[in-house]
Amino acid sequence: MISIRGLAKRYGEQPALQGIDLDLAAGELCVVLGPSGAGKSTLLRCINRLVEPDAGEIRINGEPPPASPAALRELRARVGMIFQQHNLVPRLSVLKNVLSGRLARLPLWSSLLQIFPREDIAIAMEALNRVGLAERAEDRADHLSGGQQQRVGIARALAQQPQVLLADEPVASLDPQTARVVLEDLRSAAHDLQIAVLCNLHQVELAREFADRVVGIAAGRVVFDGTPAALDEPALRLIYPGLEPGLHGLAA
Amino acid sequence: MSGCRLLWGGSWPVSRWVKWTLALLLGLAVLVWSARGVNLSLRELLRGLPWVADLLSRMLPPNPAFLPRLAKPVLETVQIALWGTLLSMLMALPLCLLAARNLSPHPALYHLMRQALNALRGINEFVFALIFVAAVGLGPFAGVLSLAIHGAGLLGKFYADAIEEIDAGPLEALRATGARPLQVFVFAVLPQVIPAWIAATLYRFEVNLRAATILGMIGAGGIGFELYSSMKLFQYQDTATCVLVILAMVMTADYLSSRLRARVLAG
Repeated sequence: MISIRGLAKRYGEQPALQGIDLDLAAGELCVVLGPSGAGKSTLLRCINRLVEPDAGEIRINGEPPPASPAALRELRARVGMIFQQHNLVPRLSVLKNVLSGRLARLPLWSSLLQIFPREDIAIAMEALNRVGLAERAEDRADHLSGGQQQRVGIARALAQQPQVLLADEPVASLDPQTARVVLEDLRSAAHDLQIAVLCNLHQVELAREFADRVVGIAAGRVVFDGTPAALDEPALRLIYPGLEPGLHGLAA
Repeated sequence: MSGCRLLWGGSWPVSRWVKWTLALLLGLAVLVWSARGVNLSLRELLRGLPWVADLLSRMLPPNPAFLPRLAKPVLETVQIALWGTLLSMLMALPLCLLAARNLSPHPALYHLMRQALNALRGINEFVFALIFVAAVGLGPFAGVLSLAIHGAGLLGKFYADAIEEIDAGPLEALRATGARPLQVFVFAVLPQVIPAWIAATLYRFEVNLRAATILGMIGAGGIGFELYSSMKLFQYQDTATCVLVILAMVMTADYLSSRLRARVLAG
């Protein structure tokens, strides 16, 4: 589904990614672990080109990287993204926020007048239904709780009918219980809809609980790639350098 | 170096005292110099008071018979303010997109647009009115154009500032869905700025209405012409009626618009 070869990015003198090789399969929830500043977020943002890589190649379905603004939008339409701060538009209704995931597929002028085809509304409602918020469709987005807003963010990404979902620390500002609901949404999206889901987390125990696969990143390099079961103490010390033996409980 | 301890406890070194004393003296010198320049004089004011009282007594009571003649100028004043505001809004809309740092396609274009808006804002509407009276002739249209041009600079700046203050998160999220730039604007920017934009536009209408009441004095239409000519004809009771009508009009507009603004900003 996604193949990444030799991906590198630096911000000024500061290297963020130094040669990432990674292949992702459809239907798999792959969790990326790593300390803050390890390059997790940059990796995700390179995939939908919110960050322009310096070197290397990312192919989605074997296609070459986008060469024009139109090709870039076409790529982004197939890649949904979920943000730490959900990034909903506060004054718009929940449904309109979800429908904004359809914009790339809609004719320009009717969409500017906020006229949506019946089938797109059906797709948006189905996405809302999937995260259990269909009955809140007409509410204003900022009237929902933080966890609900994040699930609307997932619905917006699902409304794109994406092949890939990128989730950048989607549960970092949520309580543990709500975090599990959100990760369950992501896992079921991967399994039921055969989407390749790449999700940054900083809680090891949530990765163990939900991931099909764990990729560990430290200092811009992949230092671990395996099943959650293989995530033992030596592996954690690779991912979180400087972690004292026995202290990995801080992440558990 | 020892200094004086101030009430709030800071200790000032002597050099700082010297600097502040010099600054204070310089300020005073500028004020005295300016007072000479404008012939500021309490004696002149006191000497003029009887004439002020005389003029006021000749204005009273206001002439109610003059009211019907003011109906048309009042409406014209409102119409000037209305179209002046609308046209400045239409001009400000495309300009503000280029003058907002976070949307402008290029920093050079951003700075150029900001300077252009500053220039429009920097020139007073009455200066524009004098130019437009010369260009399109006496009458309310010259007034509309002058309010529109000056207001475009003001509203363009207000609108652009509001865009610069929005949360960038939804913007990035919409871009990440593959939405086109206009769609990103309509779905992520517009909902965030619309209350501030409406409030600024309403406020601009209030200001334009006040300006429109005097545009008539330079021949650019509205009730100002009646005010000016009644004074020229020494019909001071008519002048008083004009002043009261202007006051009523401006106060009504301020009241309505501030209530509307409060509702928009709350909603």
